[in-house]
Amino acid sequence: MGGPELDNLIAQFARLPGLGPRSARRIVLKLLRERETRLLPLTEALRTAAAAVRTCSICGNLDTQDPCAICANPHRETRICVVEGVADLWALERAHVYRGLYHVLGGTLSAIAGRGPEDLAIAPLLERVERDRPDEIILALPATVDGAATAHVLTEKLKPFGVPISRLAQGVPMGGALEVLDEGTLATALRARSPA
Amino acid sequence: MEWEQPGIVLDTHLHGEGDLVVTLLTPRGLWKGLAKGGASRKQAALWQRGNILAARWIARTADQLGAITGELVRPAAALAMAAPETLEILNAACALAAGALPEREEAPESFAGLLRLLAGIDIPGFALPELCRWEVALLRELGFGLDFSSSAGGNDRLAYVSPRTGRAVTLSEAGEWVDRLLPLPAFLIEDVPARPEDCVAALRLTGHFLARDVFGARHKPLPPARAGLYERLSRSLEEKQTHAG
Repeated sequence: MGGPELDNLIAQFARLPGLGPRSARRIVLKLLRERETRLLPLTEALRTAAAAVRTCSICGNLDTQDPCAICANPHRETRICVVEGVADLWALERAHVYRGLYHVLGGTLSAIAGRGPEDLAIAPLLERVERDRPDEIILALPATVDGAATAHVLTEKLKPFGVPISRLAQGVPMGGALEVLDEGTLATALRARSPA
Repeated sequence: MEWEQPGIVLDTHLHGEGDLVVTLLTPRGLWKGLAKGGASRKQAALWQRGNILAARWIARTADQLGAITGELVRPAAALAMAAPETLEILNAACALAAGALPEREEAPESFAGLLRLLAGIDIPGFALPELCRWEVALLRELGFGLDFSSSAGGNDRLAYVSPRTGRAVTLSEAGEWVDRLLPLPAFLIEDVPARPEDCVAALRLTGHFLARDVFGARHKPLPPARAGLYERLSRSLEEKQTHAG
């Protein structure tokens, strides 16, 4: 269309989540038309992020410093929230409801897909718990079959350390009417009911 | 081409960003289809492994992948999530069905058995013996049925199965071969309660034939979900026996 460089740029954008070839072409056109205000700042931001952002060696979060700002913050509570991915960590941080530390597993176990404990950051979590003895471990894993199986395996592995382990509650979401909830959510909500 | 049938979710794979390729077990056999928007927040609860659905498949021609939609009938996944053993049983059963059954070939006994197992997954003490019985039915439907037809009389009873032929033998027939035979728990042939040690023996028995005849013939190992279930149960039984002893 406009040379291999342009085709390659469009192809690179088209591989990103939420984008296809059509959106990629629109983005590339916009960038090239506004070279000074869009393209060059984006290039610089990408180069800087690629050079500076790294994975935290303690929790697995992404940050420009290692240990990350959360792990390095001495005012954080000494409890560890175990999450599946960095996106979950960011979601909890956005909510401003949790002031403890995190551990990013990097996925969930799946006996069917063949993802075992060695494919996830379970061994570093066990080492961390043994070393730091946190006040609590919160398993904030997805409410899926694989997420629940991972939570059960982690509970089993973490039990010997004697640290209190808890899991996120499952049930009726904020603003959710019962009549529109799926049967699975209703069943878990009913099972996890608490005294009024 | 179009059908509407009950279906059991056995496995899902992400397709693109929001769709899922879903494997269902239906009265028509193992069936795959594309669930559009299956990975979305709205549909994620529906396509959980083990869920029983009213499914609808539609395609332009019979050999296409086709599109699958569904409505939840029984949320077996959500009901199994609370207990580790129940979840392991659900995973093992779904992995076995997805790995053992051929695509688009009717398997009515396997379907009915798995439906029964998942419908009662949250009933205490029901799922494990039912899994063992279902595995016997699965072997039978795949053409590797165990032969429990040997006649036993008086005080003699069927107590073992030959690991080579799959034929049941009585206590008296076992004789000096007893160490080489696989124990046959009574609940697989009679309507008697199944103790934990009986279930472990039954899983050992069916696991041997599933590994050799069904998965071994395709040069595949027994699914890790099923192998892991047996290992954990036998380990926990050994620990219990050690404490009791």
